[in-house]
Amino acid sequence: MNIVIASGKGGTGKTMVSVNLAWSISQSYNVHLIDCDAEEPNVHLFFPGERSEQPVTAEVPEVDSEKCTLCGACGEFCRFGAISVLTKSVMIQPHLCHSCGGCQLACPVDAITEVPRKIGMIRQSSPSPSLTVISGILDEGEIAAPEVIKTAKKAGEWDGISVWDGPPGTACPVIETMDGADVCILVTESTPSGLADLKRAASLAKTLGIPRGIVINRSDGEDGPTLAFCKEENIPVIMMIPFDREIAAIHNRGAILSAEKKEWKEKFIQLYEDAIAIAGGNA
Amino acid sequence: MKTVAVMSGKGGTGKTMVAAGFAVFSQQRLLLADCDVDAANLSLLLKTSDTACRPFMGLDCASIDQSRCVGCGLCEAYCRFSAIDQGDDGVFQVNPLKCEGCAVCTLVCGEEAITISKRQSGEVCHSETPQGPLYHAELFSGSGTSGMLVFEVKKDALENKEKLPAFLIDGPPGIGCPVISAISGADAVVMVTEPGISALHDLQRLVTICRQFGVDMFLVLNKADLDKERAEDVKRYCAQEKIQMIGTIPFDPAVIAAARRGETIADTDTPAAISLKEAWKTLCTAMGIPQ
Repeated sequence: MNIVIASGKGGTGKTMVSVNLAWSISQSYNVHLIDCDAEEPNVHLFFPGERSEQPVTAEVPEVDSEKCTLCGACGEFCRFGAISVLTKSVMIQPHLCHSCGGCQLACPVDAITEVPRKIGMIRQSSPSPSLTVISGILDEGEIAAPEVIKTAKKAGEWDGISVWDGPPGTACPVIETMDGADVCILVTESTPSGLADLKRAASLAKTLGIPRGIVINRSDGEDGPTLAFCKEENIPVIMMIPFDREIAAIHNRGAILSAEKKEWKEKFIQLYEDAIAIAGGNA
Repeated sequence: MKTVAVMSGKGGTGKTMVAAGFAVFSQQRLLLADCDVDAANLSLLLKTSDTACRPFMGLDCASIDQSRCVGCGLCEAYCRFSAIDQGDDGVFQVNPLKCEGCAVCTLVCGEEAITISKRQSGEVCHSETPQGPLYHAELFSGSGTSGMLVFEVKKDALENKEKLPAFLIDGPPGIGCPVISAISGADAVVMVTEPGISALHDLQRLVTICRQFGVDMFLVLNKADLDKERAEDVKRYCAQEKIQMIGTIPFDPAVIAAARRGETIADTDTPAAISLKEAWKTLCTAMGIPQ
């Protein structure tokens, strides 16, 4: 059971929902919480303590200058502009490399090998026996967030319950995060920007064939246009979180709302049950 | 012309609100770009007209000619992106959501059954606004190439012939591909943050990126009064990193109400508006931008 949390717009409360959902589920079941916002991962901030770290690497080409005849086949093949064959050497720009392996296949004299280059890390901890937290963290200055996300998801892959905290937007990191999810919970806020971006994220989940449910966060009761969209698209609203300075303050200092307020634990367990119903087509 | 990018690290801290506010407070017309291409909202806040768009061609995509395919499976075996699958009917198909157009499949196919072609991944648009020409984009659902699209938006903006004193960019959240594309070539970055452990953590990662680019850094602390203790953490961090704080904006429901009416913070008579106007003036003085 893979539950992905997405939003389109940033800052609507994805991490708050992910952390509280996973923590609440972990009171009854074993759960894996995977932070897929590799550019700005924050889940680990809510679970301080002992952790292990492993590097994430991407394969990039290395040219053996003894074997290389400067024929130019690799540079001609590379569609990402990562290889320039100059008059006396081959220049590789690792940041542009997509690790497709094509240059190695294109080289007629076997002069290219692939070497790993560190682009990020996977951080893992077990805040409680029933909760495993895995974070994909992209190194600053690197761009290959999807590769880090893929590695983090793989590290947490199992038959049980997983909660994937997604990045904002709808581009490649989000597509990578949503891939393989059984249900998508979209967290939104009732502003014109929140709604515009919700529409984009809802459309992406639909394209990927993932059933959807919506959480309206920081509601001040004026949710008309958002509710109208949900009705029109036939997406159930499965949780309303009111705007409340106390809730904001608890989350902002790195505490878990469900652990501090019992009623929220109950609400997030209900959210989990609703998500299962949506995944099973019973919403 | 000075280029200023409004960034944040964490999403939802108020980048677009600040960028739109700056544009309205400026006495001069500015060159404007919304570089948060997969969640573009600046055009919702500024009054746009005369919008014209052109297609954006993203990554290429492979397709398999079934009349030539002999079903050997080499393409699937060599594809690093799991973009080729054999269906239950035994037919090999390309999944366009995963294909990056690398063309490795064309290299390994012995039957010349695979071709690579261009595909449209979105649109780059130009609109007129009272605050200046706005360049923005729309990424098609399921298209991933936001960094390339940011590059295209900026390229079109910089081809504008109008003589303008500054280029103001509303940036994307995060620190990855689109962020690096947005910061590249900027003279200054205005970082918008809010009190909270997540926002501060994300800000620190953004500062690391900004230092790699050697840009001038300024900071606006939004929703400052929501958590006074955490707001002090931000101030301490700025002092330690020698980042100039140019604005402290209180949390104000009137700002959200204005956004719902399709107005910017600059259209409101609020302490938030006054503070943001001061921030713009301070930025202009520091960067030598005519106000």
